[in-house]
Amino acid sequence: MEWLDTFWSTYNTLIYTLGVHALLALSIWLTLSCGLLSMANAAFMGIGAYVAALLTLHFETPFPLVLAAAALVPAIVALIIAIPVLRLSGVYLAMATLAFGEVVRIVILNLDITGGPEGLNGIPQSTQGWHIALILAATIYGLFRMKRSRVGRALEAIREDEVAARLMGIDVDRHKLFVFTLGAVIAGIAGGLNAHFTFFISPREYGFENAVDILTMAVLGGTGTLIGPMLGSSILTLLPELLRFLNDYRGAVNGLILILVVLFLPKGLWDPQRFKGWFRPQTREGGVQ
Amino acid sequence: MLEQQLINALTLGCVYALFALGFTLVFGVLEVINLSHGAVFMAGSYAALSVVEKLNTPLWLAILIAMLICGLFGLLVDVLILKPLRARNAPHLIPMIATIGVGIFLTNVAQGLFGAEIRRFPEEVLPAGEFVIGEVHLRALELAIVAIAFVLMAVLFVILKRTQLGRALRAIAESPKAAYLLGINVEGLFHLTSFVAAALGGAAGVLIGLNFNAITPFMGQPILHKGIAVIILGGMGDIRGALIGGLFLGFAEVFSKGYLSSQMGDAIAFGLLFLILLVRPSGLFGRVLERKA
Repeated sequence: MEWLDTFWSTYNTLIYTLGVHALLALSIWLTLSCGLLSMANAAFMGIGAYVAALLTLHFETPFPLVLAAAALVPAIVALIIAIPVLRLSGVYLAMATLAFGEVVRIVILNLDITGGPEGLNGIPQSTQGWHIALILAATIYGLFRMKRSRVGRALEAIREDEVAARLMGIDVDRHKLFVFTLGAVIAGIAGGLNAHFTFFISPREYGFENAVDILTMAVLGGTGTLIGPMLGSSILTLLPELLRFLNDYRGAVNGLILILVVLFLPKGLWDPQRFKGWFRPQTREGGVQ
Repeated sequence: MLEQQLINALTLGCVYALFALGFTLVFGVLEVINLSHGAVFMAGSYAALSVVEKLNTPLWLAILIAMLICGLFGLLVDVLILKPLRARNAPHLIPMIATIGVGIFLTNVAQGLFGAEIRRFPEEVLPAGEFVIGEVHLRALELAIVAIAFVLMAVLFVILKRTQLGRALRAIAESPKAAYLLGINVEGLFHLTSFVAAALGGAAGVLIGLNFNAITPFMGQPILHKGIAVIILGGMGDIRGALIGGLFLGFAEVFSKGYLSSQMGDAIAFGLLFLILLVRPSGLFGRVLERKA
């Protein structure tokens, strides 16, 4: 089993990253599932990462408590900014959450306790593979159950038509608040986990590009199912490894993928409706579903 | 000192306004938040630099060529990407996501072609003169930047307010469907708007490149954020608002850097933006939009 050891020591960071990115993609899937385009997830991840790292470095807090704090603090921040922000919709919400993300990044960049632009160094590597696996599995299970529940159907109704949903007696504001906060919790935990295996965090990792990356994962995979975002995040995490030969042009492929998916696969890569079509090619297009 | 700050603020504010004009024009007419506008801005800088270096043209010609190149790129994006999305009647966030892809693509291609290091215009092409009025040093370069920005903005204003073309564009901004029924060539004007907006963005890029004389593939990102702040400040799709918002941001930034702290200058834009969105989501000058059900 020697090859397994070599494989693991070479790729364990990559495998951990796969898990963390899957969590992030699921966190943005949550808000998208009721039609909210929130770009604040990278900022929530950053808050989680810094809270976790600071607790570990300065107070030697036990790891489970650290993760709990990494979930709790972003949730509180989300609850506070949700009051004004969730009144906005569409592009205004996207812009406001982008602005919030920038404010968070600039604040982290300028505080002393966060180490400024140099970031925090020497964070102990407490994250184990099974931590990530367990949290990811619990998240998937929870979201899967939620999707099939009354709440999940309410979210779907809000996404399709907010006014109609409101008229049906769904408390739209409370549902939006719920997904926004839960998204922040998942992103915060992902940040806490991430900080404890990368050894080092800096404000650069939680800016606009990262918010866009998270969105790209969900859009690439497709937001109709839970599998979509995870497929998207896995592809975008592995792609840079596979495209090493492109050197400087590697990033350009990401942009190209985003454009092509939006143009040709409006529902993302994972679209069960399309798969069914493959096995029944004879049926009329746009037939009764 | 104060006078010097005022001049710096005016120069910066003009470029912000020029950048935001293209940005807001696209939103007003096409209803697309074009997040590749920052990358086009960067491309304008590199285009002018390459023209000056390779062809040894005078600066004014290089600016025109850079505007043309950026405009054609904007046109290409509209024809290849935005038009199919319009035809499909995609939800309005989808084109925005596509333009994010365009921005990433362009930034990385520029990095591949020109490298990540800072490039500069050769000293001899920059207008050299300097006027000294009392204690204020007025560089000819700054004067040229303000003049070019104002001329471009004035031309745009006259076209929009005084010509048949401008009336057609404003009709489309009200309602593309009604404009179409009135016999306006809506698709053609969408293309034209994309061309003009990208050309203005490219011009802003050249001017910033000249002002700081530092060009990098990543210079589009911060100005994109500021552009977002400006058009939200002025009201999305509001031409006059973009002008005033751009100048205002230029002044706010220079003075907060001068009198508060250098880092907080960046936070000012977003703090303002956040505040405006909370208090008046339609912007300082925008009309309050009725919610369409």
